[in-house]
Amino acid sequence: MDAVMNWFGTPVGSAVVKVLVVGNVVPLLVSFLVWLERRVAAWIQDRTGPNRVGPFGLLQSFADLLKFIFKEDVLPGHVNKPMYLLAPALAVIPPLVALAVIPFADRMMIADLDTGVLAVFAFSSIGVYALALGGWASNSKYALIGGVRASAQLISYELVLGLAALGVFMITGSLRLHDVVTDQANGLLIDGTLRDGFLPKFFDWNIWKQPLGALLFFIAALAETNRAPFDLPEAESELAAGYHTEYSSMKFALFFLGEYAAMVAISGLFTTLYLGGWTLFGAENLFAGTPALQTAWQIAIFTGKVVFLLFTIIWIRWTVPRFRYDQLMDLGWKRMLPISIGWLVFTALATWAYAQHVR
Amino acid sequence: MAYVKVKRRKLTFAERTYVAPIAKGMVTTLKHMLQLGGTERVTMEYPEQKWKLPDRYRGAPVLVKDAAGREKCVSCSMCEYVCPPRAISIIPGEIDGPVEKAPKVFDIDMLRCIFCGYCEEVCPEEAIFMSEEYELCGQTRAEMVFPKDKLYAMGEKFGRDGRTKDPVKKYDRLVSEAAAQGLDLTK
Repeated sequence: MDAVMNWFGTPVGSAVVKVLVVGNVVPLLVSFLVWLERRVAAWIQDRTGPNRVGPFGLLQSFADLLKFIFKEDVLPGHVNKPMYLLAPALAVIPPLVALAVIPFADRMMIADLDTGVLAVFAFSSIGVYALALGGWASNSKYALIGGVRASAQLISYELVLGLAALGVFMITGSLRLHDVVTDQANGLLIDGTLRDGFLPKFFDWNIWKQPLGALLFFIAALAETNRAPFDLPEAESELAAGYHTEYSSMKFALFFLGEYAAMVAISGLFTTLYLGGWTLFGAENLFAGTPALQTAWQIAIFTGKVVFLLFTIIWIRWTVPRFRYDQLMDLGWKRMLPISIGWLVFTALATWAYAQHVR
Repeated sequence: MAYVKVKRRKLTFAERTYVAPIAKGMVTTLKHMLQLGGTERVTMEYPEQKWKLPDRYRGAPVLVKDAAGREKCVSCSMCEYVCPPRAISIIPGEIDGPVEKAPKVFDIDMLRCIFCGYCEEVCPEEAIFMSEEYELCGQTRAEMVFPKDKLYAMGEKFGRDGRTKDPVKKYDRLVSEAAAQGLDLTK
């Protein structure tokens, strides 16, 4: 028994535990998210939503999962089989891997990479392949159009996503997400003295230093995760179901899981970059005496922020109608890209001026 | 003037950024979500809550008895003839008493019934009524052919008060008519 406990203490052992925990909690969160999506949609439309399976209908997703498992797994004869089978896997893995770098409590992350956010962007870029391959391998017009739309859209908005996030790293001076979080928990330097009360710590969050950057990042994140108003790749009124039209059973469920896991990952990244990650104006150290409780408390703070963001994303989806494709490209290339470059230059100048002032 | 050119209001800068109008829309949806500002849920929790049916709602046809618990139906077969989909089948039978006939078998095939209400309209004895029962389901076709007992039971359960519980009458009427001719049918 002691040997096992000691093994958990080693870097490899703790990593295995964290992988198991994150790898299981995220799908659970996704199942909760699907329920939340349907309930919020219903509430906004003055309906009730799924409320029969389990308390408040919370187990609805598990019933749906069971249905997916027992459905016939159709493999159409006209598809490119290797690519067709590869696409659903590619849809799930990148967002789950991207979650590995995001710190969900103090020193609690699966991989503490120096490149941090670059790894997240790299992995989320791989996600494009799932959509493009799925659409192409299906050998169906709707799926193909969906796949083409998805690849064009994701490549366009990835630029804005990266440029918007750069401002944060100019302020922080590090790409490590742990540093980004701790940098937001210091409090503000006013008149040469560090104020670390409740309000200074609140306004130390990057969302107050980078309001426009945060807004751009959030909009680009919506486009990256194919959420309304940017859900053109699967625009159901035009393209049947877009790139996953030809998928059924668990393969469809994997696309579904991947999409929602990507939402969780991007919300986690937004929380880390702009909303202070696992910190809460000093309250994150409430249980400093007991490390286990402290970690749980910080995970709860982080999860709370993520769930709030996820709710906002759902809320936007059921409020805003879909963009037209030319509007999408116009917004991405002609509006958001110049604005984000301008904001980046402004941030650079402001950071430089602040450094001069402090010195 | 073949066409009218509609003057569009010039959008303000805030409106052209998308952000402000979207925020406005989100306030509206939030109001609906939290049921503020006069919005309310329109969904009904069906098995627990049910609609108040309109007075003339035509549910499943049922048979009723009179106030004394006697069968009103005299198996005249009018409903059987008038029934457009031929859902009703009656085998008449003799009974003792002042009235000669009552149905031996009275089946309504609920899979055939189109709930038109002709049977109710045509019945001279006010013995068959359209009830408020609309939850008709079964596992087999045979199960959906409702026999006489079941139709009477449904008449008890789903019949509308004041209409099906009429203290009529045909017995009393027959008796009084016979008495006018010097006959006593009550024996």
